Amino acid sequence: MLTVLLILIPLITGLITFGLKGPGAKVFSLLSSLATLAVAAVAWTQFQSSPDSLQFTADWIPQLNSQFKVGLDGLSLMLVLLTTISFPLIFITVFSRSYDRAGSFYGLMLLSQAGLLGVFLAYDALLFYFFWELALIPVYFLCSMWGGERAVPVTFKFFVYTFAGSLLMLVGIIYIYFQTEGSFSWQSFTSLSLSNGEQSWLFWLFFVAFAIKMPVFPFHTWQPDTYEQSPTPVTMVLSGVMVKMGLFGVMRWLVPVLPQGVYMWQEAAIVLSVIGIIYASCIAIMQSDLKKLIAYSSIAHIGLMSAAIFANNEQSLAGVQVQMFNHGINIIGLWIIVEVIEQRLKVKNMGELGGIATYAPRLAILLVIVSLANIALPLTNGFIGEFLMFSGLFQYNPWFAAIAGIAVILAAVYMLRMLQKVLFGEANALTATTTDLKSGEMLAMACIVAVIFVLGVYPKPLLDLAAGIGLQDAVAAVITR
Amino acid sequence: MPVQYYIFLSIALFCIGIMGVLMRRNAIIIFMCIELMLNAVNLLLVAFSKMWVDAGRIDAAAAQLFVFFVMVVAAAEVSVGLAIIVMMYRNTHSVDINILSRLKN
Amino acid sequence: MIHLVWLVPFLPLLGFLINGLGRNFLPKSLTGVIGSGTVLAAFVISLLIFPEVRQPGFAPQVISLFDFISVGSLHIPFAFQVDQLSALFLLIITGVGSLIHIYSTSYMHEESSESFARYFAYLNLFVFSMLILVLGANYVMMFIGWEGVGLCSYLLIGFWFKNINYNKAANKAFIMNRIGDLGFLLGIFLLIQQFGSVTFTEVFAKVPAMGEGSGILFAIAMLLFIGAMGKSAQIPLYTWLPDAMAGPTPVSALIHAATMVTAGIYMVARSNVIYSLAPHIQAIVAIVGLVTALLAASIALKQNDIKKVLAYSTVSQLGYMFLALGVGAYTAAVFHVMTHAFFKALLFLGSGSVIHAMGGEQDIRKMGGLKKWMPVTNITFLIGCLAIAGIPGLSGFFSKDEILAHTWGYNKIMYALALIGALMTAFYMFRLYYITFSGKFRGTHEQEHHLHESPVAITLPLIILAILSVIGGYVGMPEVFGTPHLLAEYLAPIFAPSAPYLHAHHLSHELEWGLMGLSTGLVIVMIFIARGKFSKYEDTGAENTGFAKVLENKWYVDELYDAIIVKPLMVLSRFFQDVVERAGIDGLVNGVGTGVKWSSRQIRLLQNGQVGFYIFAMVIGMIVLFVISLFL
Repeated sequence: MLTVLLILIPLITGLITFGLKGPGAKVFSLLSSLATLAVAAVAWTQFQSSPDSLQFTADWIPQLNSQFKVGLDGLSLMLVLLTTISFPLIFITVFSRSYDRAGSFYGLMLLSQAGLLGVFLAYDALLFYFFWELALIPVYFLCSMWGGERAVPVTFKFFVYTFAGSLLMLVGIIYIYFQTEGSFSWQSFTSLSLSNGEQSWLFWLFFVAFAIKMPVFPFHTWQPDTYEQSPTPVTMVLSGVMVKMGLFGVMRWLVPVLPQGVYMWQEAAIVLSVIGIIYASCIAIMQSDLKKLIAYSSIAHIGLMSAAIFANNEQSLAGVQVQMFNHGINIIGLWIIVEVIEQRLKVKNMGELGGIATYAPRLAILLVIVSLANIALPLTNGFIGEFLMFSGLFQYNPWFAAIAGIAVILAAVYMLRMLQKVLFGEANALTATTTDLKSGEMLAMACIVAVIFVLGVYPKPLLDLAAGIGLQDAVAAVITR
Repeated sequence: MPVQYYIFLSIALFCIGIMGVLMRRNAIIIFMCIELMLNAVNLLLVAFSKMWVDAGRIDAAAAQLFVFFVMVVAAAEVSVGLAIIVMMYRNTHSVDINILSRLKN
Repeated sequence: MIHLVWLVPFLPLLGFLINGLGRNFLPKSLTGVIGSGTVLAAFVISLLIFPEVRQPGFAPQVISLFDFISVGSLHIPFAFQVDQLSALFLLIITGVGSLIHIYSTSYMHEESSESFARYFAYLNLFVFSMLILVLGANYVMMFIGWEGVGLCSYLLIGFWFKNINYNKAANKAFIMNRIGDLGFLLGIFLLIQQFGSVTFTEVFAKVPAMGEGSGILFAIAMLLFIGAMGKSAQIPLYTWLPDAMAGPTPVSALIHAATMVTAGIYMVARSNVIYSLAPHIQAIVAIVGLVTALLAASIALKQNDIKKVLAYSTVSQLGYMFLALGVGAYTAAVFHVMTHAFFKALLFLGSGSVIHAMGGEQDIRKMGGLKKWMPVTNITFLIGCLAIAGIPGLSGFFSKDEILAHTWGYNKIMYALALIGALMTAFYMFRLYYITFSGKFRGTHEQEHHLHESPVAITLPLIILAILSVIGGYVGMPEVFGTPHLLAEYLAPIFAPSAPYLHAHHLSHELEWGLMGLSTGLVIVMIFIARGKFSKYEDTGAENTGFAKVLENKWYVDELYDAIIVKPLMVLSRFFQDVVERAGIDGLVNGVGTGVKWSSRQIRLLQNGQVGFYIFAMVIGMIVLFVISLFL
């Protein structure tokens, strides 16, 4: 029941929020997201004592034999925690801002949260697809209605792109549905043995859908524009949580359902991911727009996660799961700072910034910390995941790890360049007016920095979750078949 | 009378109908031509039915039921179609089909 | 006492937290006391630990705090290892560290209290990271400290963040270190793959089974050495160190001379078994070290910035340490780390004292005759110069002589080159000394008016370090003197595992005396040449020409790197950005969109609104269907 509550709270409160006006909407949605967080925390404690109580099944569309089947394992719990932590953080950050049609804005945000949680919890392919789209559609409206001046064409591209991917996945789901003789449940999907030929082409249907969402080179071009044009809270949702849907999809649906297909194509997937890592890192060096720089840096990081998933060994998979959580937290931290800078100075071109450290020391320190976490400095949370992922990739093929490792250097290049251009040097007339972080922003950043250091020094709680059932199944499936 | 004669007549009627529909611009004439085609098909149905009954297949007489069916549908169609044409005339003071081309652009 | 070893890094961490969080309201005096006090306390604890470690038969102790990373069969504990090597480094780091902290309380006193506290916070964080580096019981712990010191180095080089050039130097240092770090990381992954562990004791126990000359060990040794190249500023990754002089001078003394840059030597010495089993890589280590020593020494001959001379001298001395590691003289390398920490910290702090008195001037051409005003600095600096030049009786003599003797045994040509490097060292150090301290003052009148000896917080560390620079060498007297080599005996357990694989070359006593006499004699000659040339130095302002100009411009290595690495990277990035991304991929994606638009515009023309045309199309369609059903 707890699991259903996780989806229902944001869904219902989201619908209610549409009717609210002005400040009421943001207070209500903040409370709602906190309630969801509380439920997730309870679920976490229950997961340690009695994980079976977190599974739930009910009839959904009996005509198609599709069930409302949700459940929690280590993998989904980690992402549920990420989602439920992110939303309050986002709401706190933008608490001092007021949006036009606030009711719709916050309502859509909550609906998208419901979709995200549904994706992470669903154990029924049709339900998964339903939530997948439920998460996407509110974001489309959020971007196009509250975004920048080029928001409409950019979000249109984003929508068509990701929707095309989703349809490919739907085709795959329907095909497998017929092979299972009419069941959408995850168990029947995974226990099915498809022929190698079928697995081979089905792999690409699913992979492209997930690759677009992650995004993996060369399916990534929707992302930088969308990040740049979206209102920052939406960008935080997109980059912090939503891109994890693709990675989650691979781990939950692709690897266990099509192990043979994954085995056949893993090399290709890794090559694409590794190309993407270097490619995105190189482009990030050239960016002068703060938001685009972070977008490309995110593509590089996601590329590494994708490569690690397909390397498919114990260390890399544990690393991916840990990194999914930590990357989400870190990048939200980065976006919060960017939001503050953009909000105060109305500028996101790094050439016009500089010297902020003198006038906003707290902002500067926090930006340095999240940037360092982003380049995976040891004793920050970014290190654990990257270390394990690289190590896993190295066990798969040392050369891939060595090439992908160049990104470690390039990441330092572009992040330090960003710090230098934004924070250091002499301030100009514009940046001299920067005011430091205010209470809400400070609170959100304090939480993030706490997570960065606590999980950086003591990552055991995350690693324990990562060693949960989802991982074992996935690995076992590939090894045994 | 051999069935071929009916077939030729029917084809002739049908072609006249088609040509009328294609060449004429007057909606009423087009309409009449459509009726002509329908009747050509009716004629054929009756002719084949007769042929098979003569050959001893009594159940083939049931084909003539279709003729009535077609006639009923045609009558219904006429009522709708003529109503459209009347409306068209009221709006444009013409029954020329090429005048109504607002879908273009 | 050993179980309390976690206090050693913890105390500076505490200092970092207090100073960092309280930077806006702590008074300067308190900040200084906290900053220096925590390091001093750590030094006291290290001193208490040391006698226990010194006892004969002491076995390495591992103090495990908690599980850091634990995945499947891979366990990486957050653990400290106390043994002879780490205990020695603890003493060097906290000892020299606390002196430099005390020095800084005076040197940085003109900063605002906020940035004063920030400075001490960074410095304490550095000491913490460095202690983690040497205390770590496995390679991942070492890597944590490794990156941590890199971060602090970055923060401190760019301490005056308003100056964008300092920032660029900081970025360069961090990025170059990252290149090395990648090698280190890959080395760790290879260790995990081969041995399933990164813990020193486990790895070193399994290494000998691989056998001498194993390809895997070569790869591990090479990858780790790439890490060392970055951190210890060896060719080709040395160019960041001279630029790093942008940081405050005490930082240069602590990080870029005495401690951080010796991390690479520590790592190789720690992994000595692996290197002894990979003789080809050891040869590479020796050659890289020697070439670096020579190249940096040649550049130092023509530099005019007091700190740059010392920086290149540091690079050069680090080269000697790697030469020692490469020829298998691990003890000599560690010995030189220790003596170098004393005299190079002394020289940097002395130069800081000079810069302080000169009001920030660093160009030696604008100094001169300073011994009149700054007697203590003068004497201590002179002691430092004598020590680094290798005058008998001072610490540098013993350690350098040990390296040279081992190099003779390894390869005679390398010995000759190393000797040339040592002569250059003597020459450029005394050039620096004479230009700065003798002759007549060449600065402005205002500067002359302000010249003064530095306060006691600055001179006291100078005096202590000067004393150490003199006596520090007596722990490692050569065999020929008939006294025990205390350091070698102390470190023997660390290097014992590699002993079977090293081919020791025992020099006869006569030969050893001969080599010693040769190098000493030549060094004294060099000092007198330098004295003759520079003791009455006049700044003519003449441009250098020919080879001297190449040296002054550091062999144009920075320009070379810019041309072969930075520029191509930029071109590649721009190509990706403009061609592949915008025209290629995005063009393709948008092309699909425009394609759909275009074709629908074409198809739309069929809907021309002519009823006649529709009917015609219908009839044609029927005919086509008819034909198809008839003939197919």
